[in-house]
Amino acid sequence: MADSESHHSLNQDPVDMLPLVVDGLGFSVREQWLIKDVSFSLGARGRTFIVGPNGAGKSILLKICHGLLSPTTGTVRWASGSSRQQRQRQAMVFQKPVLLRRSARANVEYALSVRGVTKKDARERVDRVLEETGLAAIAHKQARVLSGGEQQRLVLARAWALRPQVLFLDEPAAHLDPAATAAIENIIQQVSNAGSKIIMVTHDLGQVRRLADEVLFLHQGQLLEQAASKDFLAHAKSQEARAFVEGQLLW
Amino acid sequence: MTDLGTSLVVALDLISSLDPDLVEIVLLSLRVSLVAVVIASVIGLPLGAAIAIGKFPGRTGVVVVLNAMMGLPPVVIGLAVYLVLSRAGPLGAYGLLYTPTAMTIAQAVLITPIIAALTRQTIEDLYREYREQLQSLGVTPFRAMFTLLVDARYSLLTAVLAGFGRASAEVGAVIIVGGNINHVTRVMTTTIALETSKGNLALALGLGIVLLCIVIVINGITSTVQWLIDRQQG
Repeated sequence: MADSESHHSLNQDPVDMLPLVVDGLGFSVREQWLIKDVSFSLGARGRTFIVGPNGAGKSILLKICHGLLSPTTGTVRWASGSSRQQRQRQAMVFQKPVLLRRSARANVEYALSVRGVTKKDARERVDRVLEETGLAAIAHKQARVLSGGEQQRLVLARAWALRPQVLFLDEPAAHLDPAATAAIENIIQQVSNAGSKIIMVTHDLGQVRRLADEVLFLHQGQLLEQAASKDFLAHAKSQEARAFVEGQLLW
Repeated sequence: MTDLGTSLVVALDLISSLDPDLVEIVLLSLRVSLVAVVIASVIGLPLGAAIAIGKFPGRTGVVVVLNAMMGLPPVVIGLAVYLVLSRAGPLGAYGLLYTPTAMTIAQAVLITPIIAALTRQTIEDLYREYREQLQSLGVTPFRAMFTLLVDARYSLLTAVLAGFGRASAEVGAVIIVGGNINHVTRVMTTTIALETSKGNLALALGLGIVLLCIVIVINGITSTVQWLIDRQQG
């Protein structure tokens, strides 16, 4: 996409939410800590991947940062903006695509209408994201009869249309075949190139190699490592992270 | 047996010749039930949706009461509406007792809990699926309610049709508040009860056949709607 930078510019946004500072975060359910004492800071741009084995607390951490879950302890602080402004500048894509029972196009239009985008602007944005994600030809099909790959592209298109400063992704390519995964990764790169901060959960190291700038490694609810992805993959510091990178079974 | 056979022939003749009395009774029945369904839907759909997505103290109790109200005895509802509309009741001044309006009110009271309870269950199931996405987009509770009602429209049509089926088959409440007055408040179910007791089986059978056809049509529509839902949702 040659003009992905022009797709949406965040430079003119008076509210710059980043960096994100997470301090002493904990989350417990029935006195069992699923996340404990997690602290980190994320810079303005680039792609940060939260990795770790199943049950590490990755998705919970993502949902707390996005505001879908309230932490038991600790804080999530954005650099600026009211809570409404912060909400307006974020979007999230879930592992299982959640689509309304209407056409692909109407799904994107709905999200824009919720965010108060004018109809004229919305029409242009919808046309553009559907074109960019290769969904223009099936825009009028019922969203829920699309293939798994198409549905995941559609939820990414919907999130992209919102022009988020921060896009949270919870294993968006899980359960997809290599071709569909490549299409998803291509869109993620486009969104990132257009200026959105990407915060993504995965346990796919190949995806980390291909896309990540920075890695947060979580194990049993604790943050063991925060490093540039190249450093993490080549010289992971903790024993658990090294074992994870080497493909050993962790639980 | 001969009586039954003769009555059946006369009943079919009444239907095929569009007997004015029979047509009048059928039309009044449909009018009363349709208006009751509209009123019950206007109240029951948003009420059920609000309970489905709302978080408030005593919510579980409200759901239990709502579900229990689906099985309210029609004669009790008829009695309650009678007391409200009777001359000494709070709405006695309006003179609604023994009018089609009173029957509509009784039917609406009877089926509103049915539509609300079925709506609550449908919307709650859908909200479980949509909740995080709607919260992520920043959708307000009111808009979420509207979105869920729109997206569940086909399933909710089944709830509305169930309400219509219940209303059109109702006899106990409408006979109390309507009085079964000839050419005024006589509907299919009350006429069937009256004519059977009088031994006039022809008209009772004729109306019974019409009522049966209506119920079959409603069930046919419900099945078609269900088929459409399955097809739409893949």
